Amino acid sequence: MFAYYFDLALRSFRRNKVLTALMVLAIALGIGASMTTLTVFHVLSGDPIPTKSDRLFYPQLDPATMNGYTPGEEPEEQMTRYDAEELLRQKRAMRQAMMTGGSVAVVPEKAGLTPFYVDARYTSADFFPMFETPFLFGGGWSAAEDARHDRVVVLSKELNERVFAGGNSVGRSIRLGDAEFRVVGVLDAWRPVPKFYDLTSQNFGVPEQAFLPFSTSRDLRMERNGSMNCWANIGGDDPEGNTGVNAPCAWIQYWVELESPAQAKEYLQYLRDYSEQQRASGRFERPTNVRLRNVMEWLAFQEVVPRDVRMQVWLAFGFLLVCLLNTVGLLLAKFLRRANEIGVRRALGASRRAIFAQCLVEAGTVGLAGGVLGLGLAWLGLWALRQQSSGVADILHLDLPMLATTFVLSVVASMLAGLVPAWQACQLAPAMQLKSQ
Amino acid sequence: MELRPILSTLRRHKTASALIVLEIALSCAIICNALFLISGRLERMDRPSGMAEEELVRVQVTGVGTDDNATARTESDLALLRAIPGVKSASIVNQVVYDGSSWNSGVNLSPDQTHITLSASIYLGDAKLPETMGLKLVAGRTFNPDEMVKWAVANSPGYDAAPPVAIITTDMAKKLWPGEDPIGKTLYSWGDAGTRVVGVVEQLARPNEIGGAAAHYYSMLLPIEPDYTVGGRYLVRTEPGRREEVLKAAVDVLQKNGPTRIILNQGTLDQMRAAYYRQDRSMAWMLVIVCVALLVVTALGIVGLASFWVQQRTKQIGVRRALGATRTQILRYFQTENFLLATAGIVLGMMMAYGLNQVLMAKAELPRLPALYLPVGALVLWLLGQLSVLGPARRAAAVPPAVATRSV
Repeated sequence: MFAYYFDLALRSFRRNKVLTALMVLAIALGIGASMTTLTVFHVLSGDPIPTKSDRLFYPQLDPATMNGYTPGEEPEEQMTRYDAEELLRQKRAMRQAMMTGGSVAVVPEKAGLTPFYVDARYTSADFFPMFETPFLFGGGWSAAEDARHDRVVVLSKELNERVFAGGNSVGRSIRLGDAEFRVVGVLDAWRPVPKFYDLTSQNFGVPEQAFLPFSTSRDLRMERNGSMNCWANIGGDDPEGNTGVNAPCAWIQYWVELESPAQAKEYLQYLRDYSEQQRASGRFERPTNVRLRNVMEWLAFQEVVPRDVRMQVWLAFGFLLVCLLNTVGLLLAKFLRRANEIGVRRALGASRRAIFAQCLVEAGTVGLAGGVLGLGLAWLGLWALRQQSSGVADILHLDLPMLATTFVLSVVASMLAGLVPAWQACQLAPAMQLKSQ
Repeated sequence: MELRPILSTLRRHKTASALIVLEIALSCAIICNALFLISGRLERMDRPSGMAEEELVRVQVTGVGTDDNATARTESDLALLRAIPGVKSASIVNQVVYDGSSWNSGVNLSPDQTHITLSASIYLGDAKLPETMGLKLVAGRTFNPDEMVKWAVANSPGYDAAPPVAIITTDMAKKLWPGEDPIGKTLYSWGDAGTRVVGVVEQLARPNEIGGAAAHYYSMLLPIEPDYTVGGRYLVRTEPGRREEVLKAAVDVLQKNGPTRIILNQGTLDQMRAAYYRQDRSMAWMLVIVCVALLVVTALGIVGLASFWVQQRTKQIGVRRALGATRTQILRYFQTENFLLATAGIVLGMMMAYGLNQVLMAKAELPRLPALYLPVGALVLWLLGQLSVLGPARRAAAVPPAVATRSV
C-alpha cells in the first residue's frame, strides 16, 4: 500500500510541478537554516572529554579580602598560586593539576633561522593522564620532575613537525627563551572543544604547543598569559611581583579528578575545611565560599556557548515554523484541488483512513525531498561559516547524529504539516464531489 | 467596495485563511525583532573609540628571553619610529582598543571605600600618547614630562607610590562627580595614595566589553611609561593615506633594532576594528538573510494560496463578470481580500512581536522594542501581500464572462 501511495505522490508532483517545487523549497530553506545553526550549537555545546567529564572538577576558593565583599557572590574564578600549590601538595584527589597559559620563544638550533613565539602551558605532572592527552612519542613528566624543577617539555604534534620535522624527538633538546629543555613527549593531534581546562582566553582555541612544569616556568620567569585578578596591592619586596607565591592575585586554573562523581561531596568538604583553616590562620578574610563544578557544570556556568549562537538557533527554528505554515497552506491547496479524484477513490471504496494515509505519505515525501535539499543548504551554510577565520570555524562539520536529525526533522515536520490538510481531505463527502462533475 | 461577500467567502475557507494570517503574523513578529537586533548591532559597530583610527597603525613586538636594557631599547625604538617619513607621532602603550587584552583597576572616591565606584581600563604610555591616539582634550592638560615614571622604576620591588596624576574620560568624570568639575579632584585606584585628575578627554574606549555598554568609555591614562617587554605595543600615527608604507617601515625598523626581535602582530586600526566586530557583522548579515528568506517564503505562501483560490473560484468569477462586474472590480476583490488577511496577520503579529521582545529582554538582556518598528514591519508586510497577490488577482480579472455559461 505504501509503495502505491508513494507512486501516487510522485504522479501528483509531476502534475503540479511549480507548487511541489515551492513546497520542497520552503521546507529545504527552513531545514537548511535550522540544521546549520543547530550544528553550530551542537559543536559548541559538546562534551570536550566525554569519558570522564563527570569526574573532573574545577574547585574554587574565595581568597579575596573583605574589600568589595557582597554576601552570596560567586568566589574567584581562578586560584592563587599559594592555594594551588598547597592543594597540589596535599594531594587529596585521585589526580590534580595546577596550570596557567603562557608563551615562549622557540629558538631554532640552526643559526640564521628566526625564533618564533608559541603558546605554552605551565602545568604539573597529572595534566596528561587526567585529560587523557594522546601521545605520539614518549609521555608526560612525573611529580618528581615537577619537584626538581626539571627543564622538560612536551611538544604538540604541530610544534614537533615544525622543529623536528615530525620525527621522534624524545630525548632531544629544544631552546625555549633563555633555556635548554629536554623533550619528554610529543602529543598526537588533540583538540578538546571547547578548550575547557582554561576558559580565560579563547574558549574554542587550540591547545598550546608546548607544555612544561609550572615550577620550572617560575624559575625562568617565563611570560604568562590569561586573566589575573588582584584584590590588594602587591607586596613591594617580592621580585616575582604579581606572580609571586604570596601575591594577592588569582591566576591559576586548578583541576582535580575524583574516582567517582559521588566523591565530590567529600572533596567539597575538604575544600571547606581548607578554607576554614586558611581563615583561622588569617590568610582568608571572607566567610567560606567554595565551589566544585564538574566539566559540563563549569562550561554552563561560564556560558561558553555564545548568546548569539543560541539566538540564531531560535531564529532559525522560528523561520522553519513559518516555512512549515507555508507548507500546510500549500498542501491544503493541493489536496483540495484534487477533491474530485479523492471523491472518486472514496466512491470506489477507499476508506477515510486510506485517504488520510495517502495524503500523509505525500506530505512525507515532500519532507524527504526538502530534507535532501535542506541538507545541501546546511552543508553550504556550514561551508560559508568555515570560510570565516574565527576560532571555531574549522571544527564545524555535520556529523552522523546531525545528519540523521536532519532527515527525521524534515520528514516529521512535513508530516505534521500534512496532518491538517490530510484531515480536511478525508472529510470530503464523496457524493458532493461526484455531483458537481 | 463591499466587504461582506469577501468576509463570507473567507469564513468558508477558515483553515486556509487562518494559515495565511498566522504566517504573516509570525513573519511580522520575527522581522520586527530582527530589524531591531540589526540596528542594535549596527549601533555597536558604529561606536567611536575616541582615537584617530584612520591615521593609526599598531605593531606588537617582543624579544627572546630577558632584556636588561628594555627601557633604553624602547626609547631607541620610539626614536626610530618617529624618524620614519610620514609619521606624525609614535608611542608605546600597554593596551590598544580592539586588541581584547586589557588592564583594569577599581576606582574609588575615598581611600577606605569597601566597594569600588567603578572599574576603569588603564592606559599606560609615554607623554606623547594622547597626541598619538588623537584624543580630544576637553578640560585640563595632558601629562608634563616631569610627571612620567618609567615602568622599570614603578614595577621595581619596594616602589609603592601611586601615580600622582591621571587623565580620565568625560563618561568616567560624570560617573565619579556628576555635575562637578573633575579637574583637581582626587580618585583612589593604584596604590593607597590619591591620584589627582589633571585632564579630561572626550572619549576613549576600553579594549574589550568588560563592564558592559555603560562602562565602555571608563578609561584612564596614568603617567607610567611602559617598556617594550610590557606587551610591546607600539602605536604610530601617520599622515592620512600613508598608513601602509609607514606600517611596512615600522615593522622593518623594529625588527632590526635588537638581536632577536619577533613581530607578534601588525596592522592598521581599521583592520583591528573589522576583526573586533566580525561577530557582530556576521550576526547582522545572518539576520538580514533570515528576514529576506522570511519575506520570500511568506510571499510564496500568499501566491500559492491565492492562485488556488482563483482557480477554485473561476466559475464564480465568470458569473460575476457575466452579471456586469468589471475587471477592475474583480482585481480589487482579491486585493481587498489580501489586505484584510494581511491586516489581521499584522495585528496578531504586533502582539507576537511585543511578546517575543519580552522574551528577548529577559533572556538576552535586550532593550525594549521601540514602537517605531511596528509600523515599519506592518508597512513591509502590507506591501509584500499586495505585491504577491497581484499576479493571481490579475489572472482572476482575466477570466472571461463566458466561463459562467460553460459547465466544467
